[in-house]
Amino acid sequence: MRTSPQKGLPLRRRAYGGAMRVLLYLSAAATLGLLAFLIGYILYRGLPGLSWEFLTSAESMLKETDGILPAIQNTVFVVLVTLAIVLPLGVGAAVYLTEYARSRRIAGAVEFAAETLAGIPSIVYALVGMLVFCQFLSLQKTLLAGALTLVIMTLPTIIRTTQESLKTVPQGYREGALGLGAGKWRMIRTVVLPSSADGIVTGCILAVGRIVGESAVLMFTAGMGTTLQQFFTAGGFTKSSGATLTVALYVYAKERAEFGLAFSVAVVLLAATLLINLSAKLAARKLKKR
Amino acid sequence: MNNPVIETKKLSLFYGAHQALKAVCMAVPERGITSLIGPSGCGKSTFLRTIDRMNDLVPGVRVEGELHYRGENVYAAGTDVTELRRQIGMVFQRPNPFPMSIYDNVAYGPRTHGIRSRVQLDAIVEESLQKAAIWDEVKDRLKAPALGLSGGQQQRLCIARALAVKPDVLLMDEATSALDPISTSKIEELVTELKKDYTIIMVTHNMQQAARISDQTAFFLLGELVEFGETEAIFSMPRDKRTEDYITGRFG
Amino acid sequence: MHAVFLVCGLIAVAFVLLITVYLIASGLPAIMQVGLGNFLFGAVWEPTATTREPSFGILPFLLTSIYGTAGAVVLGVPLGFFTAVFLAKAAPPKLAAVVRGAVELLAGIPSVVYGLVGMLVLVPLLREAFRLPAGDSLLAAMLVLAVMILPSIISVAETALRAVPREYEEASLALGATEIETYFRVTAPAAKSGIAAAVVLGVGRAIGEAMAVLMVAGNVANMPSLLTSVKFLTTAIASEMSYAAVGSLQRQALFSIGLVLFLFIMLINALLNLLLKRGGKGGRG
Repeated sequence: MRTSPQKGLPLRRRAYGGAMRVLLYLSAAATLGLLAFLIGYILYRGLPGLSWEFLTSAESMLKETDGILPAIQNTVFVVLVTLAIVLPLGVGAAVYLTEYARSRRIAGAVEFAAETLAGIPSIVYALVGMLVFCQFLSLQKTLLAGALTLVIMTLPTIIRTTQESLKTVPQGYREGALGLGAGKWRMIRTVVLPSSADGIVTGCILAVGRIVGESAVLMFTAGMGTTLQQFFTAGGFTKSSGATLTVALYVYAKERAEFGLAFSVAVVLLAATLLINLSAKLAARKLKKR
Repeated sequence: MNNPVIETKKLSLFYGAHQALKAVCMAVPERGITSLIGPSGCGKSTFLRTIDRMNDLVPGVRVEGELHYRGENVYAAGTDVTELRRQIGMVFQRPNPFPMSIYDNVAYGPRTHGIRSRVQLDAIVEESLQKAAIWDEVKDRLKAPALGLSGGQQQRLCIARALAVKPDVLLMDEATSALDPISTSKIEELVTELKKDYTIIMVTHNMQQAARISDQTAFFLLGELVEFGETEAIFSMPRDKRTEDYITGRFG
Repeated sequence: MHAVFLVCGLIAVAFVLLITVYLIASGLPAIMQVGLGNFLFGAVWEPTATTREPSFGILPFLLTSIYGTAGAVVLGVPLGFFTAVFLAKAAPPKLAAVVRGAVELLAGIPSVVYGLVGMLVLVPLLREAFRLPAGDSLLAAMLVLAVMILPSIISVAETALRAVPREYEEASLALGATEIETYFRVTAPAAKSGIAAAVVLGVGRAIGEAMAVLMVAGNVANMPSLLTSVKFLTTAIASEMSYAAVGSLQRQALFSIGLVLFLFIMLINALLNLLLKRGGKGGRG
């Protein structure tokens, strides 16, 4: 009847457990291996072409040199302009949702809208951006049109992360401030927003990640220009088209078949991704500590 | 005592640096109900969980001494914990049926241990549900989700699930503390019935419950087994002053 | 101040309306002109044919998108699921942290980078392996998409697995199941809506991806088969938009494809929300 527990697990169950464990470790190893291969291969092909000059100059037909300074500049400018517009909008919407919304219907509509925006693929944003900003508002293919389209695309990211961090602000802070006779807006400005700054920063980092990685939208709305812009003088941002790093990579790879250059750009993008991930982690850790 | 089912020899347990059990020596006889009482944090639940080695799952846990189940040290190297846990069933504080059908809940254990035949499983499910006194309430909806049952029914289903692997010992960790009085008395009735076939060890917060249904009672305090004996004796003439203070409600 | 914040919130709603209205307004005319049936189920896409009547059937794109996504899911989901179980349950904490970091990095890599590696590693590999004139194919796109949807599947599935109450696992262990048996027979089934949500999210990502696919799929409007060049819904738009003449029926038809894609995605999102809500309510109930 009773078998001793010393007898051991039946062979079939031991085999099942062993096989499944192997499968689990293999899957994890495959995922790790995939990343290692990607990074290794990109570095292998991209590092040789990478030089200080490549990063800090524009390409020149005359001197027959290549450089991605314009792409780097364009990327930075698109990031800055997009953030400058999307940040107030997104934080404002999140503040509305967590602090003001009394009408459930409006709040529901806003949340639904944010969810919907988050799911729309970038090629659809590209179409709409092209129709609305480039054509209807006659901005043509410019960095400004690209940044405006990206505002719509990154809005849900900012709303969601801000909303989440606003929710973690203890109710007591709010009551304390209101109890001292502060008005609601003053309470939000002096108490709620400062204590959710980490969350807003996290949202920004995630948005930067999306913008730096985005290509379809920018190809259709910001164009593929590779000349250096005079951002501060001639209104380069609003008047001229420009390729960001991802678009430059695409152009090198697909239209010019300059694969070495494409991989060098990929190295730069990889470094940017790593940096963005690390800062997101850092910000998230700070957020958790609170 | 002749042939105790569970016997501990200087059993100590540490969570990191904290000692949760202090050299507990105790021998639980076959069949009947043994209840473990004591204030919160006294080690009674920890003790219960050392019997089927559920404490193994807690990181940083260390056990010293011996715990014998029918003469074999369960902490000896090479013990198959899955077979140990099949023979020593456990019912938890909060009813925790799996989010599956009633039938699949009861059949889970037998299936895990290799029974595949539909006929056999059907028989085991019916028998277990009957033993747990819930068959009449669920026999027409065995395919219904278990989470649709009431709390008391869920707990009896969990007992049926534990019985389905044909255990020898049944451990109950405050199995009625999350239930209403009517469900509680149903479970008590059921346990009193089950003790004819199984050795039952139960942790309870409720001294009346211990006095009402158990045959032996063990009183734990700060990880120490203060007193262990016939329930009647413990409650009528405790030998230790601390036991007396506890059961007369001076602390706890 | 209330009004200011309300406006911020309403802007999000306005954007959705704007996108919907614009897509419908610019996508409907071509569908009307071609006819819904001919548009959706026409097998020939020759918008610039001159010797014959131009033809605007998007069935090749529709089927390619569906097959390509299905292939990516078939390849990516098992790997993603097992990695998620590994991360949530079986991994030693330090190793889990490393793998999780790798998954996050995979998620952050831009799609053109995936496209580039696919184009220069995978495509030649397939050409050699199957002795094809060109390796750009549906299979290449499936493989690239499988890798690209992996991070989302892993992270959503891992979250779902972690959300399963510990008590379920304890009950299973106490019945004498091993930990591995518990993960696969109790934890995973209990997390099934969350895992389904992970799959649906992967489907959404795969259907919507354009650039990486554009770089490896060959971009010919063939009916899909594993080793031929194909065009997806997304890549049809991406590859033809730049040279379709403004105002032409071809350009309008590209907007119609955008509309179809949009509707697809809305459907998938609705399903996703349903699953996530059900998953959130799960646990004990």
